Amino acid sequence: MIDSLFLINHSGDIFLEKHWKSVISRSVCDYFFEAKEKAVDPENVAPVLQTPHHYLISIYRDKIFFLSAIQTEVPPLFVIEFLHRVGDTFLDYFGECSETVIKDNVVIVYELLEEMLDNGFPLATESNVLKEMIKPPNILRSVVNTLTGGSNVGNTLPTGQLSNVPWRRAGVKYTNNEAYFDVIEEIDAILDKSGTTVFAEIQGVIEACVRLTGMPDLTLSFMNPRLLDDVSFHPCVRFKRWESERVLSFIPPDGNFTLMSYQVSSQNLVAIPVYVKQNISFLEAGSCGRLDITIGPKQTMGKTVEGLMVTVHMPKAVLTVNLTATQGTHTYDLATKVLVWDIGKLNPQKLPNLRGSLSMQPGAPKPEEYPSLNIDLKIQQLAISGLKVSRLDMYGEKYKPFKGVKYLTKAGKFQVRT
Amino acid sequence: MQRLLQLPVNAVNMVKTVQSQVQGQEEAKSPVLTPDSAQQTWYNALQPDELRHLRSSPGTGGSGGGGGDQEERATLEEGGGGGGGSFQTQPLRHDDLKEMLDSNKDSLKLEAMKRIVAMIARGKNASDLFPAVVKNVACKNIEVKKLVYVYLVRYAEEQQDLALLSISTFQRGLKVQLISISAFFVKVSTVLKVKKQSYRFIFSHNKTSSFDFSLDPEQKDQLIEVIEKLLADKTTLVAGSVVMAFEEVCPERIDLIHKNYRKLCNLLIDVEEWGQVVIINMLTRYARTQFLNPNINVSRVQNWVYSETDSSFLFPCMRLFKSHSIALWFLSELFRAVSLPIEQSHDAALIYTAIRKILICCLTHVHVSCFSEVQYVVLQNVATMTIKRRGMFEPYLKSFYIRSTDPTQIKILKLEVLTNLANETNISTILREFQTYIKSMDKDFVAATIQAIGRCATNIGEVRDTCLNGLVQLLSNRDELVVAESVVVIKKLLQMQPEKHSDIIKHMAKLTDNIQVPMARASILWLIGEYCEHVPKIAPDVLRKMAKSFTNEEDIVKLQIINLAAKLYLTNSKQTKLLTQYVLNLAKYDQNYDIRDRARFIRQLIVPTEKSGALSKYAKKLFLALKPAPVLESPFKDRDHFQLGSLSHLLNAKAGGYQELPDWPEAAPDPSVRNVEVPEWTKCSSREKRKEKKVEKPFYSDSEGESGATESADSESDSASGSESGSEDSRSGSESDESKEASESEEEEEEDLKTRKKKEKPLKKPVQESERYIVLINSSQQREGEAGFLCTNDPQFRMNSCRSAETTIAPSSALKSYELLHRITGEGLSVEYCFSRQPFIPDANMVAVQVHFTNNSTSDTKSLHMEDVKLQSGMRVKEFPEIELLPAGETATAVMGIDFCDSTQTANFQLCTHTRKFFVSIQPPVGELMRPFFMTENEFKKEQGQLMGMNEITEKLTLDVKCRNEHAIVQKVTTAANLSRVPCGSDKECRFAGRTVTSSSLVLVTVATKDQGAAQLTVNCEKMVIGTMLVKDILLALTQ
Repeated sequence: MIDSLFLINHSGDIFLEKHWKSVISRSVCDYFFEAKEKAVDPENVAPVLQTPHHYLISIYRDKIFFLSAIQTEVPPLFVIEFLHRVGDTFLDYFGECSETVIKDNVVIVYELLEEMLDNGFPLATESNVLKEMIKPPNILRSVVNTLTGGSNVGNTLPTGQLSNVPWRRAGVKYTNNEAYFDVIEEIDAILDKSGTTVFAEIQGVIEACVRLTGMPDLTLSFMNPRLLDDVSFHPCVRFKRWESERVLSFIPPDGNFTLMSYQVSSQNLVAIPVYVKQNISFLEAGSCGRLDITIGPKQTMGKTVEGLMVTVHMPKAVLTVNLTATQGTHTYDLATKVLVWDIGKLNPQKLPNLRGSLSMQPGAPKPEEYPSLNIDLKIQQLAISGLKVSRLDMYGEKYKPFKGVKYLTKAGKFQVRT
Repeated sequence: MQRLLQLPVNAVNMVKTVQSQVQGQEEAKSPVLTPDSAQQTWYNALQPDELRHLRSSPGTGGSGGGGGDQEERATLEEGGGGGGGSFQTQPLRHDDLKEMLDSNKDSLKLEAMKRIVAMIARGKNASDLFPAVVKNVACKNIEVKKLVYVYLVRYAEEQQDLALLSISTFQRGLKVQLISISAFFVKVSTVLKVKKQSYRFIFSHNKTSSFDFSLDPEQKDQLIEVIEKLLADKTTLVAGSVVMAFEEVCPERIDLIHKNYRKLCNLLIDVEEWGQVVIINMLTRYARTQFLNPNINVSRVQNWVYSETDSSFLFPCMRLFKSHSIALWFLSELFRAVSLPIEQSHDAALIYTAIRKILICCLTHVHVSCFSEVQYVVLQNVATMTIKRRGMFEPYLKSFYIRSTDPTQIKILKLEVLTNLANETNISTILREFQTYIKSMDKDFVAATIQAIGRCATNIGEVRDTCLNGLVQLLSNRDELVVAESVVVIKKLLQMQPEKHSDIIKHMAKLTDNIQVPMARASILWLIGEYCEHVPKIAPDVLRKMAKSFTNEEDIVKLQIINLAAKLYLTNSKQTKLLTQYVLNLAKYDQNYDIRDRARFIRQLIVPTEKSGALSKYAKKLFLALKPAPVLESPFKDRDHFQLGSLSHLLNAKAGGYQELPDWPEAAPDPSVRNVEVPEWTKCSSREKRKEKKVEKPFYSDSEGESGATESADSESDSASGSESGSEDSRSGSESDESKEASESEEEEEEDLKTRKKKEKPLKKPVQESERYIVLINSSQQREGEAGFLCTNDPQFRMNSCRSAETTIAPSSALKSYELLHRITGEGLSVEYCFSRQPFIPDANMVAVQVHFTNNSTSDTKSLHMEDVKLQSGMRVKEFPEIELLPAGETATAVMGIDFCDSTQTANFQLCTHTRKFFVSIQPPVGELMRPFFMTENEFKKEQGQLMGMNEITEKLTLDVKCRNEHAIVQKVTTAANLSRVPCGSDKECRFAGRTVTSSSLVLVTVATKDQGAAQLTVNCEKMVIGTMLVKDILLALTQ
């Protein structure tokens, strides 16, 4: 399986290496650097590379390349999945996953990697289990540790690892017992020039934050569960129950986790909350173009649209923009040619509008392509698919927990073609 | 185990010698160092800086970075200088670390270790610190210890000799109660090539697993034995690791799987995701060797999908939220397995759902995943699948639409999928989509789109003209790359039906003036040459222009110019003779030998001279032969011989260690090998059987009512007639809401015993209720509850145990006394204790310890009591009541209770009199940690059946001459351990049963005697440590 792991920063320095089976020289990364040079954009580096003796599988996240060297056949997804899990764990432990943070906590990182992978095979990857073995750093503890010589390493075997509910710690205790569920839906859509929907889909997740004492057994039921056809669950959810009764029955992990994700893909069900009227044109002769964008509400179910933002990747030839917005602010990054128009709250009475001229590089030919608009928006207290949680019951414990459900609709990959 | 025990002796000696050496060196070194003032000052100068390091917590950023820089600089110096200077800095810096490691303070050691680990992490060589680090193996601080192991694992390979020195410490470490640490010990020691030991230990305690299995062959057999044992284990924790080990050590021993196949299928869903992958892989391979190809006939498929793989096989993908992608891998294999024409088989509903699930997995990853790497891999697989099974993905066409923000490599893959999916019905939508893509800013992507259009056009005749027109329009595009790509594609398209499109050829001929991309120019020239009869007027003119610019062209264009010239010469020699001569002359003196050769060859071929041979007659045939149109194929066409999802598939090259999936066997191997023996006693009553089934199932299993199906279905699968199985799946195909009832009845049906069915019917209700109860109990108590539940809540069970209580022999009462306090150390007070084997009334979880006090002194002892009890975590003590007065020469007895937590840890406390305090400790023999438990023979067998695998320890022994009769054996065993005899039909076997005091885990002991004093001792116990120790004790009792 995985032989070695290298963490490489944006500029191509290897700042951490860890070997499991035997030591693989870091010169193996040269092949990767070569590919990276070629790809220009870090996102375009092929995730799997073949070198004479090793296979390199890498992921790119948070401006770090996680590069693993492999010698034998292994499902590439297996490795990618694991590398992301490593990244998630760092995020979980240190609050962010960046080069400085990893360098600062190199010892914890090393201990974590040691536990997560054993002889190249993933071992303990549940964050709950890991946290029992290696405590995450915090300022208070590090002060106490320096004074008392205490350690970050837990000296008991994590109980979760041996039970059949490995995702939950044993002996959880809270003074306030609370369970919060956030239903978050993202609209993925492609609209064409005339505003008709080319493709639309809702990606939903239910994020949970459960802080309950003991071993509670929860049941979450929906008003309209038939809405969901393609679902996937956290391993704690009893699948048979879902199949037969369409309720989510589970013993929750402690803390934050993603309970389920679903998608609603039949297009007529997907409401598009805003419409966009746009007109971008480049004049054939002179070195300028015009831009006119107006946004208005479409199917918002009576809620206000907030956090509205339009991002436009302009063609290379556009030098500067001279625009005026009726609402919000706009910025144009000269280097990346990205125009960002931050509108904020959408006022149905007075529709926001952005218009003005684009000045082009003189002498450059008229750009063939028209930039597409990426829209970002938020609607509080609404799940656009219409999904509603009806009730949450708890069994197995005696106390009364505090329960809360929140809905949020966001724009995912919402793109308007021009 | 025994071989291990020999090791420490050598190791300890070695440690001693080397340590003394090291110390000697150190001592020798320090006086040398001190007078060297220059170095000393350097060191001093550094010190404040180092101290700053010490003070700063690991969490603070600045200093850490600073330290890094400093080391960086030092190494730079080292690398650059390479002379004397570097020799001075290097050892000095490490001396500093060494000094910290040698210090007494744990905090200093820890800091040093942290810095060393940081060095390793950055790839710096820290191997010269090896001796200094190894010394700290025995350090008390856990974190230091762990870091030392991290270090050892890294450098053990390089410094094997030195590493061996630390073995003895690891041996000791194995006894440490902190299991996480001891697992670590084992890990390290395996790295040190001392493997072999205590796999048992590991698998049971921590699922720390998969070792470096590069062992010598003689050890392999032993390993296989261990693996076989572990495979029989029923816990999900072990399954993944064991199969992993199996795959690494002996993948060819497929016979080991037979018995466990169904169990693994059922466990699969509860195994953690990484284990699942390995198990699925193994099971796929197994299925390939053991089952017939399901493609052969449809009913086989059903049987295969229904019975053998079982729906639980399919569910992991749904359950595994995080690793959908992993499930994909397996499911795609299933997809391969059932890649029969689905549309044809009307009753393959289940297969269809299965495959739908694959699709959903794929699709979710195609556009939900924020990780482009996952998308990349999934799309690669989807691309391969779409070639063979276009129909399945067609409804999801829109999921593969491309966004302008996708990375280029993803765009190109999506394009590939879209092209594969194109057919007559959807081509118009796809082409409209392609039109938008062509306007993209990403030029590589545009080029790929044009190629894709070309492929659509070749595959679907109806749209060829539309595509061609579209492409021709692109020829006027401003971007040269786009034009060039279009030219290349048009060339391929035209080759299919050139006669219709002479105007396009003309149009392209005009392009030669503008277009500069060599590939495109070459393509145009080839086209004109090939179809010169369609453009008789333009062709010579193009050649004229080309001849003019010949010297400036790229090689690939030059070759095509020569070709064009040759072809024109053959068709229209009047106009082009001179031009051809000119071009050939130019080519004759070209720098490129290939062009020179070509020119020479063509001249000989086409220009008739006296010398020219027979070939020139055929020149026309040679040059103007009809050329077959190129077939535009997907690059994924030939990939499907690699297993989907594998690395080899992704790279389209065989990766090291890739195993081809074996082909389906011609004839089905004997299916009965998978039948697990169902011992007779379980059939005693159907109710009991059902109950047991529920209990042994892992808690989170969703596959209710499946185990029954799998048990019987295999034998059925071969005999089942088509009609019967057809009716079966119509029922389960409806994917029951009322699945419980349905599966219940299905299960019964499959049991195929109608008489029993009748009996069961009335029982059903209560059984279900009790099931529900079990679920409740389980959810609150987890697994430990299971065994306890069995004995307490089942009235039948209880009755049995009462009955058997009468028949069992009570343990013998010969109690062994242990000394707690000797007369001399106790200044006249001597104390002995024994384990009374009576239940300790105040607390059932405690072991009763009877303490005898004897006052041998001449004075009275007053207020005898316990104080300052020091216990390991979890242990409890109930103190004996204070004895106020013990007159001289008198004795007294008191009883105390200790909860040892099922371990042989000592209970330390102080025994106080009115004048003195004595430190004493009680350590129980393992046999005292249990209490007798009465059960019948059948129950015994049943329980034993559940404690197989790792929970079973077997030893062969030769009985002592004195205890070869049954009575003696019973006597010895019951003395060694507090167990009760279980009645047994055979006189060759003695059985004993008990439960541990604290956790009530069953302890079952069997002594089977054979001829001439040979015997076999088997201990089954859930607590493996207890089991191991008990075996040792009983062995000792029986052999001496």
